[in-house]
Amino acid sequence: MADYLRQMPHQGSADLARRPSAASRFHIDIPLLLLLLVLTAYGLVVLYSGSGKDMGAVVRQGRYFLLGYFVMFTIAQVSLARIMRWAPWFYLLGLAMLVAVMLVGVGAKGAQRWLSLGGFRFQPSEIMKLMLPLTVACYLADRSLPPRFFAILVCLGLMGVPAALILQQPDLGTALLIAASGLFVLFMAGLGWRYILGAVVLAGASAWPAWMFVLKDYQKQRILTMLDPESDKLGAGWNIIQSKTAIGSGGWEGKGWMNGTQSHLDFLPESHTDFIIAVLSEEFGLRGVLVLMGIYLLILLRGFWIGIRARTSFGRMMAGTLTLTFFVYIFVNMGMVAGLLPVVGVPLPLVSAGGTSVVTLMAGFGILMAISTEKSTGHR
Amino acid sequence: MPSPHIQLKDSHRETRINNARTILAVLLVLGLLGAIVTRYYALQITDYEVYRTESERNRVQLQPLPPKRGLIYDRNGVLLADNRPSYMLSIVREQVSDLEATLAELAELVPVSDSDLDNFNKKLARRRPYEAVPLRFRLTEAERARLAVNRYRLPGVVVDAQLLRYYPHGELFSHAIGYVGRINEREVTELDETDYRGTFHVGKVGVEKYYEDILHGDVGYQNVETNAHGRVLRVLERFDPKPGSDLVLHLDIRIQRAADEALGDRRGAVVAIDPLTGGVLALVSKPGFDTNLFVNGISSADYSALRDSLDVPLFNRAIQGQYPPGSTIKPFMSMAGLESGLVTPQSTVADPGWYSLPGDSRKYRDWILRIRGTGHAPRVDMKMAIAESCDVYFYDLGRRLTIDRMYEYLRPFGLGERTGIDTTNERRGVLPSTRWKRDAMGQPWYPGETISASIGQGYMLTSPMQLAVATSVVASKGVRRTPRLLESVDGQPVAAPLLEPIIVPDEYWDAVYEGMVEVVHGQRGTAKILAKDIQYLMAGKTGTAQVIGIAQNSVYNEADVAERHRHHGLFIAFAPAEAPTIAVAIIVENGGGSSAATPIARKVIDTWLFGETTDG
Repeated sequence: MADYLRQMPHQGSADLARRPSAASRFHIDIPLLLLLLVLTAYGLVVLYSGSGKDMGAVVRQGRYFLLGYFVMFTIAQVSLARIMRWAPWFYLLGLAMLVAVMLVGVGAKGAQRWLSLGGFRFQPSEIMKLMLPLTVACYLADRSLPPRFFAILVCLGLMGVPAALILQQPDLGTALLIAASGLFVLFMAGLGWRYILGAVVLAGASAWPAWMFVLKDYQKQRILTMLDPESDKLGAGWNIIQSKTAIGSGGWEGKGWMNGTQSHLDFLPESHTDFIIAVLSEEFGLRGVLVLMGIYLLILLRGFWIGIRARTSFGRMMAGTLTLTFFVYIFVNMGMVAGLLPVVGVPLPLVSAGGTSVVTLMAGFGILMAISTEKSTGHR
Repeated sequence: MPSPHIQLKDSHRETRINNARTILAVLLVLGLLGAIVTRYYALQITDYEVYRTESERNRVQLQPLPPKRGLIYDRNGVLLADNRPSYMLSIVREQVSDLEATLAELAELVPVSDSDLDNFNKKLARRRPYEAVPLRFRLTEAERARLAVNRYRLPGVVVDAQLLRYYPHGELFSHAIGYVGRINEREVTELDETDYRGTFHVGKVGVEKYYEDILHGDVGYQNVETNAHGRVLRVLERFDPKPGSDLVLHLDIRIQRAADEALGDRRGAVVAIDPLTGGVLALVSKPGFDTNLFVNGISSADYSALRDSLDVPLFNRAIQGQYPPGSTIKPFMSMAGLESGLVTPQSTVADPGWYSLPGDSRKYRDWILRIRGTGHAPRVDMKMAIAESCDVYFYDLGRRLTIDRMYEYLRPFGLGERTGIDTTNERRGVLPSTRWKRDAMGQPWYPGETISASIGQGYMLTSPMQLAVATSVVASKGVRRTPRLLESVDGQPVAAPLLEPIIVPDEYWDAVYEGMVEVVHGQRGTAKILAKDIQYLMAGKTGTAQVIGIAQNSVYNEADVAERHRHHGLFIAFAPAEAPTIAVAIIVENGGGSSAATPIARKVIDTWLFGETTDG
């Protein structure tokens, strides 16, 4: 934060801004970078325990982080104007790949989500997580804000097509998250309250038909299980009961690093991926959870601050959207593991093991950094 | 790229709106993060105890360590009941997601019977969380191998070794020591729940049941840390079980075998008692059955075969059989006569071969009448009465004694009451009296019934065990002991309880002895065949018990009567007569007469005295 304050006077003067620090020259937001470094380091520590002292898993995750940082720095160098130019094309590419998934994708556990390219498997929906909000923001950036009815319709169309494609994979969670990222753009763009209220009412009204006709049985089961995990103690409820037990038994101080019995004795499922917060809670206690929350909160505040400081409406919308999206991952994951939300496949950002989400998230932070170091003479 | 309507954008207004939305977003984020923190606070602080307990329960399991059941030996140290390792298949329900599917798969690997499943389901309902519930016992090598190969796809299926009862001599001791079997539903409620945690078997009958407390031992426990798959990772603490005590019985396998072989395929029972200790040397009831069948739940086919057999092999004739003692009652009747003063060893009774009550025309015939057409001798004394089994002598004695005094004098010999032997399911027999008849049948006692009773017929019923005990009382000249199978526990001798003795002058005993010795060694003794080549003095008494009532004046003809309607042959004996060390009682069902029983006594006693049977 202090770093940021020091920069303020410079940015007031156009000439001095030409002679920025190395950080500014390489489009790096130092506070954000430091927070990310702390977060990823913390994540690796928890992962070592959560993976059952598997150094291999930690090294692998470390490589993902390196790749993530590389992606972040690279994207940070790209000007916003260029990002705005390219985003729609990537969006179209993403759409094409989603269609491809539908036609030739590979699947697992009854869902068809992956494209296999030369031995590489990846989820096109992951690209959409970034490209959809970017494209919506691009579209709105050129228009007078708050968006009018027609613009809103266009945005809903931009969101609806990929969301529908992902929904039929089926992957309700990702579809909702992607749709949400588009909605965040609209929200940041100043979407009128009557629309927001109308949407809330509509969503409420459609809950019943959705339950009856849209949701698949396993999706309903997850929601029912969340509401009453005891109803299926050994089946779907097992994960929730065990993760709650892991969290609760951690208490304030925790059982100590590597001493979590729930995770080390295999009671806790997915202890190194989606449920890693349970490992952290069990071993580091509420103290550890609060530290993590603190880091997350600072990152979120920094993200919002970047948005407030951004010079273009595109930058403002995107910074807010990226930050909110990041927050949604945190909220959904921590809520799900603690039994507040149904179980959906959302990793804990930058802590859960896995490369895809690291790269996507870091790409997002790259855009945030690009926004934060946007030159005052750039795009209005 | 700049487009025309960009000029229309109100930059300040947009910034203002965006700032407002950002503040809203921050508030939203803070609110929701607050909700998350509240949730974690509730789990980790408010409900900490609940979840800590839950997690401990997950992690730590109290496992019962069943004690090793005590072994059972005969007096020579021959093992009669052993424990052998056996493999069993159990299921931890908590680790099986689809029980039906798992059971179906298991059924393809190892045979699982309906009764196995039945037992399993019953136990399943009562198990503790994460407790392994046994499905199959006694897995064969091949079954274990099949399970091992398929183990990876059968989570929650456990193959465990445990010690299981094994009876090396199978049928030979079936009625002598009984057997253990799987704990059934009723027993679950009766047994101490803690002590039998981890034990699947309990004594069902016989010594195994009577001494269950001693044999079982005390359960131990260990606290183990397990993972979610139920695999034990380490033992946190351990309290060793206390093994059950080893029992040494008075039973002598040589005598048991001699009795068993001598009985052969005939139905019957042999009981041998050491009069000096009250120890039971042999307890044979035939037919027997392989007790090992019961250890792990007998198949219903095997069980119905045993249950429905006309020979009732599950019936312990030695202690449950209720037979009229017939003439074997006569030595005890003699003692009653002497005690009451109604007869002396020298007093005689006229014997025309039949007897009638004063004022009654009915003739009570002596068995000899049919053979000789006359009585045993013009006048018969006690020695001859016993030796030749003179009915008339005892008809007269019985009449004069009356049934109630007969009851009074015979009772101390242990007739009509349980001997109190240390095994299960003993029956008491019947020693009739006027009161007994009134209570049991609601009828008065008729004088003619006293006549039947005085030669051990009519209502009188005894078990071979009772006869052996009564014989032992005579052999020890009035010392009464509760018969005991158990000789010592873990090397500590256990004495047979003493009862109030019968105290009478020695010459009374001598008089009875004389008669009983004459039975075997006398010229006209009813068991004189036994005297051949005998090297010691044996005292005995033959008996024949009617199976069906024989009408007045009709003549019993063996050949005419179906095998199962033939008379039971009985024999009681003790030896050596001058210092008895063994008393036996034998019954051969439908043996036709006492001659079926007497050779068995010779073999049993010879074996006891000389260590082997002398007679081929």
